Amino acid sequence: MTDTIKKRIREFVLSNYLFTNDPSALHDDESFMKRGIIDSTGVLEVIQFLNDEFGVTVTDEEMGPENLDSVISLAGFIQSKDAKTKALSA
Amino acid sequence: MCGIAGILGLTSGPPPQTSELVAMITRLRHRGPDGEGIYSDRRVGLAHARLSIIDLEGGRQPLHNEDKSVWVVFNGEIFNYIELRPLLEAQGHRFYTHSDTEVIVHLYEQYGDDFVQHLNGQFAIALWDTRRRRLVLARDRTGIRPLFYTRTASRFLFASEIKALFACPDVARRLDPQALGEIFTYWSTLAPRTAFAGIESLAPGEMMAVDEHGDARRHRYWDWSFPEHATPPARPVEDYADELRALLVDAVRLQLRADVPVGAYLSGGLDSSIIASIIKNFSDTRLCTFALTFDDAEFDESAHQYELVQYLGTHHTSLRCRSADIATAFPRTIWHTETPILRTAPTPLMLLAERVRAENYKVVLTGEGADELFAGYDIFKEAKIRRFLARAPQSRWRPRILERLYPYLTHSPANGRAFTHRFFSEGMEHRDQPYFAHIPRWTTTRRSWQFFSADLTQQLVDWDPYRRITAWLPPELSRAIPLGRDQYVEAHTLMSGYLLCSQGDRMAMAHSVEARYPYLDHRLIEFANRLPAQLKLRGLVEKFILKKAVHGLLPETIRQRTKQPYRAPDSGSFFHNGRPVDYVAELLDVKRIRESGYFDPLAVTKLMEKCGRGRAIGFGDNMAFVGILSTMLVDAMFIRESLGAADWSAAGTPRIPTRASRVFN
Repeated sequence: MTDTIKKRIREFVLSNYLFTNDPSALHDDESFMKRGIIDSTGVLEVIQFLNDEFGVTVTDEEMGPENLDSVISLAGFIQSKDAKTKALSA
Repeated sequence: MCGIAGILGLTSGPPPQTSELVAMITRLRHRGPDGEGIYSDRRVGLAHARLSIIDLEGGRQPLHNEDKSVWVVFNGEIFNYIELRPLLEAQGHRFYTHSDTEVIVHLYEQYGDDFVQHLNGQFAIALWDTRRRRLVLARDRTGIRPLFYTRTASRFLFASEIKALFACPDVARRLDPQALGEIFTYWSTLAPRTAFAGIESLAPGEMMAVDEHGDARRHRYWDWSFPEHATPPARPVEDYADELRALLVDAVRLQLRADVPVGAYLSGGLDSSIIASIIKNFSDTRLCTFALTFDDAEFDESAHQYELVQYLGTHHTSLRCRSADIATAFPRTIWHTETPILRTAPTPLMLLAERVRAENYKVVLTGEGADELFAGYDIFKEAKIRRFLARAPQSRWRPRILERLYPYLTHSPANGRAFTHRFFSEGMEHRDQPYFAHIPRWTTTRRSWQFFSADLTQQLVDWDPYRRITAWLPPELSRAIPLGRDQYVEAHTLMSGYLLCSQGDRMAMAHSVEARYPYLDHRLIEFANRLPAQLKLRGLVEKFILKKAVHGLLPETIRQRTKQPYRAPDSGSFFHNGRPVDYVAELLDVKRIRESGYFDPLAVTKLMEKCGRGRAIGFGDNMAFVGILSTMLVDAMFIRESLGAADWSAAGTPRIPTRASRVFN
């Protein structure tokens, strides 16, 4: 399950920010900010992607690098939101 | 106003041919539709295309001194010609016209190369001294009027626009890779470099003398300078405000001088509103204003424009610019800019100049320069904040003041606080460098480099933006106060390199309109540069002293209004229902991209897809798209000439299936 999520995230970041298909262009744990992959407006594109692809909404408090700044953190964030939704509807 | 061109035959070569001078000057007809003139002797040819503004009957060029030993062609206005003339006549000089041009030759007779110090105006001058056998070129202090030159084996050529140089078959046409590196970082090349290899530009405030052997000497006769120490205001604030007001009124007075009607551009913001108000309150000129409106609320300022129109009672014309209009007019824009650009903002200004002409106006006063002089832009506030952060990098409360910026953008970078903090922390190790303020902008712009081809990337492998700019800036700039350093860099890169040319001169001249810039009166620049920093940027309030100086001249809502920089819709304009318009699809086609060699075909394709889906909401992607498209247009028009000059004349653009209609007010 996480692997599919990670795959979709990788594809998005490679295509949308790096404009390439080459998987070696990005490591799962690389900081987007440090790489210069996204700037402060690029964050909004991530948020839109999370909403469109995974139905996840990001609150103001959640809008930080610990959730959004790498493939790994994004995957983890989506999983935890998913778990929360499941827990609430249980 | 006007176009100039010329040829200096070097000693080994043939004399200049009239036919060639005609070929050059014909390319500048949009700059001077009212007539042409040529001077030639066995060494030099001077050509002039006239836009008649002062001395409509008599002021034809080329123009000469009493005994015809000195000849001149010039583009621009000498605003203080009325004051200079009696002084020169008292020194024994005899005038045969009523033009402003003529003071140039008499000042040269009187003062030699120092003639330029006496001029208050905007100008690109070419002067031929037949006795001393030298060609003197001079450009105004801020680069309002352009002047390009190049050398071939047997001659030295100059012109107002590069397209006139390209009329000569021996002039090579090639893009300069270093230029692309500079444009996709600083938004313009650094003079004397231009987009084209071998073509150079005289810098603002610079003069050059060339002899008939081709030896050239250049020097800067004027530059911006700032204090080296922060000092508190020596006088009461009201004193400074009064002096500024008087200077502003005088600058406008001088720049209203014309034998044709003069109008004013209105953006809705403070700077142009001030100009309009001064015209209304301090002159007899009938106030006619012109403004752009946009369908997209993110760019539109019409509410503020109309507020001022009501307040002053102007005769107002507004032009609604629709997103599709930009795509239609963009190729013609690049025909005039002659360089890649990163925003579409020039295009609506070109359309506005067309409207101005349709109303039979040839001259407009505009508000450019005020932001550079009085610290109007956000970049100055950002730099102040970043220096503040740098003094205590671990502080948790200092970053909170970041939230007070950017009220105007829908997609504001103030969301995502931590990302914003990171953005502002960029480049802290450079905090004492004169370019510190510009690091975030250049970093964002340089994201476009990921679209460069492998070949171009390789050619730029040793290129460093900070090393390059440091080599270009004057060494003494490091000693200026921080705000002064920021202002200097901004004025010399964005303003002189992009705003005044690609957005200013080229767009107005596309429709034979002369734009004038009262804020760039050099007396005003010198006054503003001497001011203590806190009179310009007080806390985070921009243009403090300017707002004070104009109290009572404007509605309070406009006087107190926060800066909204002029912007136009970008990449979205070039797509209809997710598909690129015809010429865009053609120019950005994979094969063509690969063949021309500047950009990476796959990356460009992906960018196109992103833009087509409407997902390119950030500055970086939009700059890259516009930059790539404009580079491919430059390549098509100037390097390959696959689309001829006639296709880009004022009449229209080729191969656009439907022409969006403009709604006129």
